[in-house]
Amino acid sequence: MRIKNFLLGVAALAALAVSPAYAAWEPTRPVTFLIPAGTGGGADQMARFIDGVVKKHNLMKQNLIVVNKAGGAGAEGFLDIKGSPKDPHKIIITLSNLFTTPLATGTPFNWKDLTPVAMLALDQFVLWVNAESPHKTAQDYLSAVKGGADRQFKMGGTGSKQEDQIITVALERLTGGKKFTYVPFAGGGAVAVQLVGKHVDSTVNNPIEAVAQWKAGALRPLCLFDAKRSTYTDKVTSTMAWSDIPTCKESGVNVEYQMLRGIFAAGGITKDQADFYVNLMTKVMQTPDWRTFMEQGAFNPTVLTGNEYRKWVEAAEKTHFDLMKEADFLHK
Amino acid sequence: MGGFAVVLSPFNLMLMIVGILLGVIIGVLPGLGGANGVAILLPLTFSMSPTSAIIMLSCIYWGALFGGAITSILFNIPGEPWSVATTFDGHPMARQGKADEALTGAFTSSFVGALVAVIVITFLAPLVAKFALKFGPAEFFAVQFLTFASFVGMGRGSAFKTLASMSLGFALASVGLDTVTGQLRMTFGTTELLTGFKFLTAVIGLFGIGEILASMEAGLAFAGTHARLRLNAVLETWKKLPAYWMTSVRSCIIGCWMGITPGGATPASFMSYGIAKRFSKNGNKFGTGQLEGVVAPETAAHAAGTSALLPMITLGIPGSPTAAVLLGGLLIWGLQPGPLLFVEQKDFVWGLIASMYLGNIAGLIIVLTCVPLFAAILRVPFSIIAPMIMVICAVGAYTINNAMFDVWMMGLFGVIGYVFNKLKYPLPPLVLALVLGDMAESSFRQAMLLSQGSLSIFWSNGLVGTIFGLGVILLFWPVISWAVAGMRQAKAA
Repeated sequence: MRIKNFLLGVAALAALAVSPAYAAWEPTRPVTFLIPAGTGGGADQMARFIDGVVKKHNLMKQNLIVVNKAGGAGAEGFLDIKGSPKDPHKIIITLSNLFTTPLATGTPFNWKDLTPVAMLALDQFVLWVNAESPHKTAQDYLSAVKGGADRQFKMGGTGSKQEDQIITVALERLTGGKKFTYVPFAGGGAVAVQLVGKHVDSTVNNPIEAVAQWKAGALRPLCLFDAKRSTYTDKVTSTMAWSDIPTCKESGVNVEYQMLRGIFAAGGITKDQADFYVNLMTKVMQTPDWRTFMEQGAFNPTVLTGNEYRKWVEAAEKTHFDLMKEADFLHK
Repeated sequence: MGGFAVVLSPFNLMLMIVGILLGVIIGVLPGLGGANGVAILLPLTFSMSPTSAIIMLSCIYWGALFGGAITSILFNIPGEPWSVATTFDGHPMARQGKADEALTGAFTSSFVGALVAVIVITFLAPLVAKFALKFGPAEFFAVQFLTFASFVGMGRGSAFKTLASMSLGFALASVGLDTVTGQLRMTFGTTELLTGFKFLTAVIGLFGIGEILASMEAGLAFAGTHARLRLNAVLETWKKLPAYWMTSVRSCIIGCWMGITPGGATPASFMSYGIAKRFSKNGNKFGTGQLEGVVAPETAAHAAGTSALLPMITLGIPGSPTAAVLLGGLLIWGLQPGPLLFVEQKDFVWGLIASMYLGNIAGLIIVLTCVPLFAAILRVPFSIIAPMIMVICAVGAYTINNAMFDVWMMGLFGVIGYVFNKLKYPLPPLVLALVLGDMAESSFRQAMLLSQGSLSIFWSNGLVGTIFGLGVILLFWPVISWAVAGMRQAKAA
């Protein structure tokens, strides 16, 4: 079974040969893999994909059990893993609600209650308008907002006081005091469809949520909220690739935002135990399946582990606190 | 028609039957819904071709749609949210010893609903997909309003008791995170209430446990024990079904429409039951064990469940939680759902559509053969079966969220259900408010944000105006029909 695929077998042997140092600890029973979000969303897709890759390539002896704990904007999942410190058989995938949920709802939880394992990727955000919209660039669109009536332009997004609304508030810095009407919906796919149906004027959907509509010519990307353009150069539509979307900064809209897609384990586990998961995720990310998945969703495949990851999370927490304080989203 | 060739390979046929059987089991067990079942089995399919994988997973979905009706009818415990409305007449039928008739009616109408929905998908896909785009928050709220309106005035008891029951449902629905403001409501600082009240926990408790408590009081006698076992029950029932063609047609329309827009199978089943009751000749007998009262919700639920896959394939928006998980699957198999899927992945799409036809036929044959078997369960003495039901309910409540808290909640809801029965408060309005309250509230507030607080958004275009107008007419239907009857009498006099 294991050596079904010769290449895989070789890879597995190679991994065994170099990994006695890591083999110190292994899960002794099935590992619970929590998702602090509902079924069908971006985090859910990624977690289930990881589960699939682990099973397909036989990367772990024990099974992963994927469980959604979406209640209270993910607070349910975070409190679950916080409630079992030193349990090495529990990991969680995170998105920006790692920071936004405790800040906005006052849920007693902080990422420091957990052990950071690895950053798998950064999810991008793109400013989208309907393909029939007269606005061709981000600058165009924001000038229209600036010149229009207050709250005339409607921005659709996922959830309230979460990443989509934070980006919207950041954009409002550049519109001379004019606000968007922010309309929260339950999921990213629904948001994209509301834009196609012209019920809202713009969205900041993740690439994977809107790519199908873009391909079909129903949506137009204006700019990417990243410091650099995407590295994916394969054509998505007949004329454009992800790399053809200008960054927002290039188009004169100085806003950057990316969302963490990372793994954390329970707090207080030993270094050996944490290393097992770092090693496991590294193996997942080396598979060709993972590369295809990254390209499909136009993810920014930045990988960080250990101390670097911890530093990144610390900085990101600060950024979120500042942004949310400015937007008056903090729980009182 | 190449799709049938794809599906008819022996391997795919085997997957189809395995899927249906698994689905029926998943549908029977309360708590383990279609969405969970598909999610658990999703990783197993990564080594298959996408077409085989979607055939197996969609067959689990069909199986779960069929299976949900079984426990609703036999034990008054809905295995799935969309089979709640099936309990209203299905369970009284079982108590009268007509469980086999109710089951056959449910399975057959499910099949009819699904078949109509697949035909709609096959021939009208591109046209219908565009229609779904017209639905913004205002339109969604209008649909939810229409569902409530078709249900109001349904109870035979006091109107105030109906109102009280519905209000309690709304209050329960508002617990948890408010999507519009991002704030927690009525959780009283507890972590258990963060998720709000799970619809299934409430339903398992209110209906299932409440029913068992009531039966225990009645002296461990369960009326269904005397069920005759008729081997020709299927044929006998089929002879009766054509009489309800009008209800079927109406339910198919409601179901397809709710699946595509996408409102979902649960509201579709409630709306269809409410409307059938209002317009059927036997409407006033609904709730006492009418076959027609089983036909209406089952047809609509299955039509909606099936047509919910259309917006998933063409737009990438899931019409149901299970469709949401399947959507994740598409991405993992390297397929991009969206308007171009029909062009770029012909094999896959037509394979899926062909599996809808064949899967439902296979499903119907499998469940119909088992009708006598299911009905025979009722011959087991109540004192043996009741503890087993209790255990299955408890496991079900636990599975929803892996939380012991939900099991206690289920017990509490059981007591509430029992008290409601004693005091003659109707349960359906509470359940309806619990399942739709949340959605209706979000849509209403989203619409208000869009219109900057002006109610005129509800008649701002023909579509929303029509739906809203229909809702208002249905809401005041009792008054209207009373006035019309009054006028006629005046004329006759």
